[in-house]
Amino acid sequence: MRELTTSQAINEALAEELERDPRVFLIGEDIGLHGGAFAVTKGLFQRFGPKRIRNTPISEAVIVGAAVGAALVGTRPVAELMYLDFVTLAMDQIVNQGAKVKYMFGGKARVPAVVRMPFGAGRANAAQHSQSLEAWLCHVPGLKVVMPSTPADAKGLLKSAIRDDNLVLVLENKHLYFQKGPVPDGEHLVPLGAADVKRPGKDATVVATGRLLSAALSAAETLSKDGIDVEVLDPRTLYPLDAQAIIASVKKTGRLVTVHEAVKRFGFGAEVAAIVAESEAFDYLDAPIQRVAGAEVPVPFSKSLEDLFLPDEAKIVAACRRTLA
Amino acid sequence: MELRMYRTMLRIRSFEQKLQELSKRGILRGSIHFCIGQEAVAAGVCAALEPTDVITSTHRGHGHAIAKGARVGPMFAELLGKATGYCKGKGGSMHIADLDLGHLGANGIVGGGLPIATGAALGFQQLGLARVVAAFFGDGAINEGTFHESLNLAALWKLPVVFVCENNQFGMTTPLAEASSQPDLAQRAVAYNIPGVKADGMDVREAQRVASEAVQRARAGQGPTLISMETYRFEGHYVGDPVVYRTKEETEAWKAKDPIVRQREYLLRARLVAQADLDRIAGEIAREMEEGVLFALSSPDPDPSELYTDVYST
Repeated sequence: MRELTTSQAINEALAEELERDPRVFLIGEDIGLHGGAFAVTKGLFQRFGPKRIRNTPISEAVIVGAAVGAALVGTRPVAELMYLDFVTLAMDQIVNQGAKVKYMFGGKARVPAVVRMPFGAGRANAAQHSQSLEAWLCHVPGLKVVMPSTPADAKGLLKSAIRDDNLVLVLENKHLYFQKGPVPDGEHLVPLGAADVKRPGKDATVVATGRLLSAALSAAETLSKDGIDVEVLDPRTLYPLDAQAIIASVKKTGRLVTVHEAVKRFGFGAEVAAIVAESEAFDYLDAPIQRVAGAEVPVPFSKSLEDLFLPDEAKIVAACRRTLA
Repeated sequence: MELRMYRTMLRIRSFEQKLQELSKRGILRGSIHFCIGQEAVAAGVCAALEPTDVITSTHRGHGHAIAKGARVGPMFAELLGKATGYCKGKGGSMHIADLDLGHLGANGIVGGGLPIATGAALGFQQLGLARVVAAFFGDGAINEGTFHESLNLAALWKLPVVFVCENNQFGMTTPLAEASSQPDLAQRAVAYNIPGVKADGMDVREAQRVASEAVQRARAGQGPTLISMETYRFEGHYVGDPVVYRTKEETEAWKAKDPIVRQREYLLRARLVAQADLDRIAGEIAREMEEGVLFALSSPDPDPSELYTDVYST
């Protein structure tokens, strides 16, 4: 199979959907001639022109609000915020408007819009350009939240998100943009709400998201040398969450480790742990659940500190060993 | 049209007076914001729109909905939380919407509708439809960041939107003079290189005329206009507001400009109607309100299963 970077895979998804559906258009900062801060929209302005690729001023609230409004009247906008951290400037339009109009209006409204947001630490961008704020978004009924971990999933999930009739927030880890992986030729769709077991195993379940999926897979390789067989599950969509896949895995392995880059408290890992604790899988647990997460501090700048902030393979290995001790 | 606008204003006022009655009877829950005194803005602006044009509205939005064609029965029902309401009882006063009527929703967030109006106009431009958006907002909203972001983007891209500021002189209890360094709000248009017009929002004919010019401009692809409609809410910010922030004299001076009285006198003076016609219209509207309230009161509450529906589209 051919190999693409995640950035190329997303670019392909956008181009295909722009080609397929004239109602689709892109809107965001520096996505025009420049091709986006991470080159994800490279070449699309030249190919589709300024009407389909809407290069905006630096105005996050109206970028998202315009996507919501344009979706309400029958288009299918795909907005880009340059960093997930900037979602703070658009939160009213996401949380109070886009997420709620369907319910508030008794079901009559539809918001078929996507907001793509790069996230994550490890690039020396410090506290305002490195956060993982997915838990905020998952907390709001009315939103869907997608977090791909491979180039193929990034393409397939984004295409499904664009065709979905809800406001879908697609969170893309910045490191993944530059990592290559196999992407199927032709039409490739990944349904929202379906987890994927990236590595089957029987001794412990590791639920890992974003960039840390590959760290979890490396950890599983390391542990396999000691005869420990770890299952690595990628939820791919954080909401709606494929809880059944997680429960089934934990029933098989009896152990659960959650892994994400966001800080631990009130995080996605806590939700996964609670879902397992409330389910029939609780009776299958042989050890306390372990959560691997970012340190509970603003993301620091200095490499020596930022490395400490981030979860990594060693921390995942250690957490797995704790559940197996 | 002169008579239709009068009828619209009287329907808005009668609707809200009925709400006041219901409120006194203790059967209205939640926050209700009255637009009594401001009816000319909604009636005049919506008279300048085509049925396929759309509006965004505010927390003080009953008048906008009625002027855009909403029926009072489902509106009363919505305010009473009934299954037959415009939003099946899930929205209430601050979220009345009917996309079929081109009403993209009232809004509980001050300034929250401005980006959505801008986006709807962008959507029309994308789809190649010659439709216009009228965005209603209050003088309170002009100090939100969304005002700046929305007007700038709409002006840059010549989006078909008319920004209608209902300047009722107060953001909740804070007078405009304490909230805006520029008291002439139309002047803010200068910053966006678009026309800014100050209009008498107590005169429905002027409201219609000014809005009509802006709508034509928007429809012709010439971009947005900012209109500051000078108006006043005769009631407090909410039911039970002690109104300590303005004088009785000021309120009485504005009440002397009552837009419904003015339009009635105009219609009679211009011999467009006879007193008998006005009496008949008043009777029709009174009956419409009675029937609307009866419809709402006799409607069922939402089924418990409705709690979980309409969160997502499938």
